[in-house]
Formats: sequence, structure tokens, C-alpha cells
Amino acid sequence: MNPLLNALLVVVLALNLFALGTSRLVTVIKIVSLQGVLLGLMPFLIEGHLGWRLLLASGGTILLKGGIIPFMMIRAMRDVQIKREMEPLIGFLPSMLLGALATGFALLFSKSLPLASAHTTPLLVPASLATIFVGFILLTTRAKAITQVMGYLVLENGIYIFGMLLMGAMPLVVELGVLLDLFVAVFVICIIINHINQAFSSLDTRRLVALKE
Amino acid sequence: MQYEIHNGLVLIFAATIIMIASGLPACFFDRRFVWTQRLTTALMLIGSVLGWWGLVVASFGTPASSIVWDWHLPAGHFSIGLDALGAVFLIPVFTIPVLGSFYGLSYWRQSEHPENGRGLGLFYGLLAGGMALVVLSRDSVLFLIAWELMAMAAFFLAGAEDEKAEVRRAGWTYLVATHAGTICLLALFALLRQVSGGFALSTVVDGSLTTGIAATLFVLTIIGFGFKAGLMPLHVWLPGAHANAPSHVSAVMSGVMLKMGIYGILRVLTLLPVTELWNGEVVLGLGAITGILGIVFAIAQNDIKRLMAYSSIENIGIITMGIGLALIGRALHRADFVLLGLGGALLHVWNHSLFKSLIFLNSGAIMHAVHTRDMNRMGGLAKSMPVTAGLFLFGAVAICGLPPLNGFASEWLIYLGLFHSVGAGSSTVWPVGVAAVALAVIGALALACFVKIYCVVFLGTPRHPVHGQPHDPSRLMRYPMMLLAGGCVVLGILPQLGFPLLQNAVEQWMDPVAPAIPQLASAAPFQWISSMAMVFIVLVVGGFVLLRRKIVRQAPALVGTWGCGYGLATPRIQYTATSFGEMLVSLFRWVLFPRFRRPAISSVFPAKSEFSTEVPDPVLERVILPAFRQAGRNMMKLRLLQQGRIQIYLLYVLAVLVFLLGWGKLGF
Repeated sequence: MNPLLNALLVVVLALNLFALGTSRLVTVIKIVSLQGVLLGLMPFLIEGHLGWRLLLASGGTILLKGGIIPFMMIRAMRDVQIKREMEPLIGFLPSMLLGALATGFALLFSKSLPLASAHTTPLLVPASLATIFVGFILLTTRAKAITQVMGYLVLENGIYIFGMLLMGAMPLVVELGVLLDLFVAVFVICIIINHINQAFSSLDTRRLVALKE
Repeated sequence: MQYEIHNGLVLIFAATIIMIASGLPACFFDRRFVWTQRLTTALMLIGSVLGWWGLVVASFGTPASSIVWDWHLPAGHFSIGLDALGAVFLIPVFTIPVLGSFYGLSYWRQSEHPENGRGLGLFYGLLAGGMALVVLSRDSVLFLIAWELMAMAAFFLAGAEDEKAEVRRAGWTYLVATHAGTICLLALFALLRQVSGGFALSTVVDGSLTTGIAATLFVLTIIGFGFKAGLMPLHVWLPGAHANAPSHVSAVMSGVMLKMGIYGILRVLTLLPVTELWNGEVVLGLGAITGILGIVFAIAQNDIKRLMAYSSIENIGIITMGIGLALIGRALHRADFVLLGLGGALLHVWNHSLFKSLIFLNSGAIMHAVHTRDMNRMGGLAKSMPVTAGLFLFGAVAICGLPPLNGFASEWLIYLGLFHSVGAGSSTVWPVGVAAVALAVIGALALACFVKIYCVVFLGTPRHPVHGQPHDPSRLMRYPMMLLAGGCVVLGILPQLGFPLLQNAVEQWMDPVAPAIPQLASAAPFQWISSMAMVFIVLVVGGFVLLRRKIVRQAPALVGTWGCGYGLATPRIQYTATSFGEMLVSLFRWVLFPRFRRPAISSVFPAKSEFSTEVPDPVLERVILPAFRQAGRNMMKLRLLQQGRIQIYLLYVLAVLVFLLGWGKLGF
């Protein structure tokens, strides 16, 4: 339907794989923030016109995902003095392959979904599913708390893409509420990261096993 | 909407609200302000007076009234109503808690219990008001809310002294039991909504039900409410919770809260088409088993409050037998069975709330004096606490169903009903005949039980030195007991006082059957009971006075009781609580499973050794706790899922997501 939108979605998918394949935390943060900015642009491409409502929602998304959250994450990273994800449960190359596999699966799977015809043409649904899967892969295979936050953000991006389907139907309040939730979540996580670092002298979430009953 | 102040229901609803909120103001003050307890009691008094006023107004005005408001919950309405059946159960609600509240002013002083006094007052009011709301509600959603309000308030009351491990244990048992009952009630009301099409507790389900659904509804009713009433295999929470709660709370729990289970059974049965004979026979049999085993367990106890709790189970059994008889009457279209069975059951509800509260308050006075619940450490209290001993005698005579006190009147009605039923030569001769024998056995065993408790606690000489001299309690604790004893006497001599209301309730209950119903007052020669009771009282009081003069003139009591004329006997040679019950305990060994720890004599000169017995609740100790322990062990295997690693937990989420996607796809 919209070649530019499809192109953006392909870039988003490529960014997913890039995020899976790098060990440098700064790079992951930058990739995810770029992804967020791209997502913020998408509503214009879907709606095709400008309105204060659209501006507010997109502006909020871009500001939060492309600006505030990366800033907070980079500061958290500096505070705890970590630069790299050292020992993922699955290596970078295998997890990249896994991500590619998940993307292929999402493409195949969404073809068989009973979607309204208006939604079938763009890559929206498969991109959304693929991004969600990649978010999960990041969450389950990385050990450092900061990388896991990035996984959570990627997961949220996937859900956001799915929300595009409802662009016209969703009230502004809901969108702003979702953004606020995200902001608060990341804010809290940043605090928790500091606490984990103080209590365990490490950001390795595997050490949290010690809290088990 | 406009309501007249003369509308009884409005007054009663206001009373309910005041009772629910009675403990709230005290919570805003510091725990050192001891006058807040008096404020709470005053609010309870206002609530009860308003409630009684409302009941009186309602009895002169329109009998059935209702208020319906919409609310914001997705289901049901705020719908309350008052009818004769409800009024019967509201009378104890507006009587017992307020007396217990006054008793608590001295028994559970804020100055002596600063840590939980205010909380106790709060939940006490919630319990009383919750029970009133249970009776008032005419909508199953509101009913369940009120039911849980009552049940949770009772949990916090029973756990008032939660620093003791035993109290916590009893509280947990209660919590599990009450929720097991609530699950059945949820299923019951869901099913009722299915068949009647609404949540209102007034739509009578027509007779077009299949037998399977009718039976399910009936069984759910009996089990769900049976947990609260304490029917026999479902009674497991009752002894522990009653024994460990403060005494005025035990009095309200036993005297009023158990009756809410009975109320629930009766209320739901008004909605169901009871046409099958087996329903009544099952309830009759359950009542007989509950009654006999309840009193047998009571005899085996050495803890005075556990004993009274088991005795409550026995009385619930008697009430249940009356309901069973009424159900048989409904199935056979015999109005006289219904009248005598249900009339006796409802009268016994009142009577039990009077005498059981009396003896629970009495046990509180005893515990204040001797600081223990173990009867084997008491003895000879009649000399140091004459008022308490005398008041206990009232309660004990009434609870044994002896004339001239009130327990006799209600048990007699049930007897009459059973005899009618046997004499009518109907198809139910066999079960009803057995039930009549069971009722007689219950009466005899109850007598044995209360002879034991009176002899061990009040007669003889003290078995153990007590810290300080035992003495009668203060007036605040004595007067509520005296009022309750007075109620026992009045209802014993003039049970006719309650007949107009009971008659209305019975007529309302058996509406679906509707043959002409005889008058309760003409069903039995009650004027004879009244006059004989008066004569009996005069004889007893006169004989007592004469005997006492003679004894006082003749023999100075220098030697202890049970001394057999030997002046140097030690208190240890008296019969103990255990030895009093030994014969009956060994007779019922096959159900009680008593544990004896006997000394083994192995040498010629045996050393000092000890003997002890205990009778734990067999259902709890042998069935429920082992089952829970086994379940706990099996559930430990699920701990494998708890790995403590965030990545693995997220993997679970992913697995569920993939599963749901796949499932949804297959479903399409």
C-alpha cells in the first residue's frame, strides 16, 4: 500500500538483527533509539496528513524513545561503568540467526492470520511479530540488566507497531498513557539497575538466583 | 426516593450501617485513649436499639418490604428486604453482639490490650453488621459480599491474639474452611442464576428442573452453608477458632454466626423446589450424626472452650434435624411436620443463641479467674465464684433441654414432630424413628457432658494453686450474663411469646406447598408447659432455700468435697475431667481415636511417671491435615518452575505466547 512505510519496516527489521549481533551496549542503545524514531514517523505515513493529534502522539514517541530513554540508559550505563555484554547465554551470531529465523516464521505465520483486508498489504503485522520475538530473544539470552532493558524496549516497539493497525480507532489518551507507562517503567528500571549494582556488585541478573527461597 | 421513618426496613438498614461502622471512630484515636472502647460500645448499643425498633415497627406494619438500588458493579443490584424468616435471624444479631460488647468493656479492656483492642472493636462491629446484611440482602451478589464481610471479620477476631502459634493455626484452618464453603456458594449462585435467570434471591425456581440440577443445587447448598454452620464432616475449623477467640467473640460466633449457615440453607431452600423425599432424609441424617458426634466429642474434651464449641456443633445438629423433618414434610405435603420441625428449629436458633452465649461468656469469667482453659486445673470454683456458678447452671440446664428452661421447648417441638411423623405411618417411619432415638441419645449425652463440666469446674476443691484468689467478675461482665439467663427463663416459661413470628416464618417458608397450616400454639399444650414450669421453679427454689438453711445450721464445711470423710485428702484424688469422660470416651473409641500416653511399669519400685490423654479432632488430624500435607509434598515438585532466573521466567512468557498463537491459529 505504502512503499515508504514498507521500507521503514524493513529497516526496523534489519535494526532488530543488528541489535542481536552486537556486544557493545552503546550501539544497542543507539539502535533501539533509532528504531523508536522510525516508529514515531510511521503514523504520518499511515495517515498521510498532519493534525495536532498526530503531531502530539508522534512527537511524544520520538522524544521519548529517541531522546529521553536513550539518555537515561546511557547515563545508567556510565554510572555502573559497563560497556559490553560479555557472556550471553547464546552467542551473538547464533542469536542473530535465531532472530532471522523468528522473522521468517513471523512472515509465514501472519499470512495465515485472519486479518481484515485493509491490513494485509503492508508488512505491519509480520514486522510487529518479528520485533516482539527479537525482544524476547534479547530478554532471555542476555545476562546484563541493561541489555535486558533494551530487550524490553524492543518488545514494546513490536507492540507499538501492532498498535499502528488501530491508529485511527485509538483515542489520543490511550497512546499518551502507553507512552507514560513506558517512561515510568524505564525510569523505575534505571533505579533498580543501580540497586542491583550496589547489592550484587554486578549487573549480571543470573546472580539474582540468590534471592530464591 | 422517599422513605418513611416508620418503615422498619429503613431503621434496620441504618442499624446495620451503624454496627458496621461502630469500631471505626476508635481507629482515629491513639491506643492510649481507653474511652474509645466505650464509644464503640455506645455505637453498638445505638445500632441494636435501632434494629430492635425497626423489628417492632416492621411487625406492626407491612410484613415484607424491600429497597432496591442500582450500583456500579457489573452484576446484581443493591437489594435488601425484610420478611419473617429474616426477622427471626435478625433478633439474635441485634441482641447477642451488643451484650458481648458490654462484656468486652471489662473482659478485653483497651488499657490491658492496647495492641489489639481497637482492631477487635472494629472487626466486632463488622461481624455484627455483616451478619445483619447477610440476612437483609435479597441479591446473591450482595449476599456474597456480606457473607465475606462476616467471614473475614470473624477471621481477624478469632486471630486477635496472633502472637500465639496455636491461635494462628486455628485462624488458618478457619480461613481455608470458610473459603471452601464460599467456593461452593459461588457455584451455587452461578447455577441458580442459570436456572432462574437473575441474581435476585426472590425468584422461586419452578419445578421444571431436571433431577440432576435440582440435586446439585441442593447438595451445593448443604455443603456451602454447612461449612459455616459446622455440620459434621465440615466442622473442622469450629473448635479451634472458638477456643482461641476472646470469649465474647466466641459467644457471638457460636451464638449468632453459626446460625447464618442455617439461615443460608433455609433461605436458599425457599427458592428451590424440594419435592424429593431423600433431601429431607439426608438432612435429617446429617443432623443426627452432627448432634451425636458433636456431643461425644464435647465429652472427650478437657479444654472448656473446645468443649463448648463441640456442644455448639451438637446444637446445630438438633436444628438441622428440625430442618430435615420440615423438608420431609414439604416433600410429603404434610403441613404439620413442617410446622413442628421448622418451628422447633427456629425456636432452637433463638434458644441456642441465648444459652450458648451465656456459657461462653461464663467461660470467659472462669478464664479471667483461673487463667487457663484446661478443666483439669480448675475445681471448686462454686465457692469462690458463686454468681458465675449459678449463672452457668442456668445455661447448662437450658442446653441439656431440661424443663423449665428454654432448651426444652424447642427440642420438645422437634420431638413432637418426629412422633407425629412416626405415628402418621408414612413411608418415612424408619429414618424418622431412628432420628427420634438419636435426639434422645443427644439429650442424654448432653446431660452427661454438662454434669462433667459443672462437677469438674465448680464442685470439689481446687486442683491446682491459682495465681490470686478467684472471684466473681465485675458487674459489666455479670449483667450481660444475667440478661441472657433471664432470656432463657422467659423463653422457657413462655415460648408462646415468639410464636406469632415463628408462625409467619414457617408459613412463608412452606409457601410452595401451601396446604392449610395449623397454628403453632395449638400444636402443643403450651399453657401446661408454662404452668408446670412455674410450679417446677417454685419447687426447686423452695427446696434449695430449705436445704441450704438446714445445711448451714447443721454441718460446718471444713472438709473438702470428695474427701470421703477423710480430712487430709489431697485435691489430686478427685475425679478429673478426663476420668469423668473416660467411660463414654472408651465407648466411642471407634470414632474419637483418643491418644493415651500411659506409663509402663517395668521395675518393682517404679519411678515417677506421667499419664496423659488427648482427643484431637479426628476429621482434621486424620483426614484433612494428611491430605493437605500430601498435597503440599506433591506441589513441591512445581518448585522446579521457580528457578529464580529472570531469563527463564521470560521464557515462560514466550512459551505461553507461542502456544496461544498456535492455539488461536488451530482454532480458526
